[in-house]
Amino acid sequence: MKLAIQVNEGPYTHQAADTAYKFVEAALEKGHEIYRIFFYHDGVNNGTRLTTPPQDDRNIVARWSALAEKHNIDLVICVAAAQRRGIADADEAKRNSKDADNIAPGFRISGLGQLIEAGIQSDRLVVFGD
Amino acid sequence: MLHTVNKSPFGSNSLETCLKMATSGSTVLLIEDGVYAALKDSSVAETIAQAMGTVTIAALAPDLAARGVADKVMDGIKLVDYSGFVDLVCETDKTTAWL
Repeated sequence: MKLAIQVNEGPYTHQAADTAYKFVEAALEKGHEIYRIFFYHDGVNNGTRLTTPPQDDRNIVARWSALAEKHNIDLVICVAAAQRRGIADADEAKRNSKDADNIAPGFRISGLGQLIEAGIQSDRLVVFGD
Repeated sequence: MLHTVNKSPFGSNSLETCLKMATSGSTVLLIEDGVYAALKDSSVAETIAQAMGTVTIAALAPDLAARGVADKVMDGIKLVDYSGFVDLVCETDKTTAWL
C-alpha cells in the first residue's frame, strides 16, 4: 500500500517524531511504500542539521536523513512553517537574505500543495503530532 | 475508520471526544500517553468498557511497556506492536488522529 505521513511535532518534544519514525520503519519492513513524509507546524524542526543531541541519545534528524537515503523517501518541509521557525535551504536563505541555511540532508522545502498531493496519491494519510 | 488517540485521558478530553464521534465498528488505537486509558480500575475504565460494545479498543504495546504498565491492561483491549499499527491503518479505509 502507498502511505503518506504527516508529522506536526518537533523532535525531542513529546513522542510524535519517534512514533512516526517507528511506524514508517514498520511499514517499510512490511513492504509498503512511503509516498512522502510531510513536516508541518513544529514538525519542520525535524529537518535542521544543526541539532546536536548527546551521543548516547537517538539523533532524530540524522535518523530521518538515513531512512530517506536508504529507502528513497521524499521528506518535505512546509515552507511557511519553516520560515516562521528559521529552517532554510540555500535558496530560501538567499531569498530571505539570511547568512546561512540549516536544512538536513534528504529534506526539501516546498508548499502545502505537497501535502494535498500526497493525500490524493496515497492510499492512506497518517498524522502524528501533539 | 481508525482513530488514534495520543493524549492521556486524565489531562485531555480527546479520548472522550473521539469516543463520542466514533461510529460502530470503528477502531480506536491508544498510542503514546493515550495508553493510560487502557488500564484497569482507572476513573475512565467504565467509559472504555462501555465503548467496547460498539468499537474495538486497541493499544500500542511498546508504549504500555515504556510506561511500565503492560501488566495493568484491562480485559478486551487489543494489543498491537508497530507492525500491528500498520496493519490497522491498512485494514481500515481512513485514519484520523485526535491530536
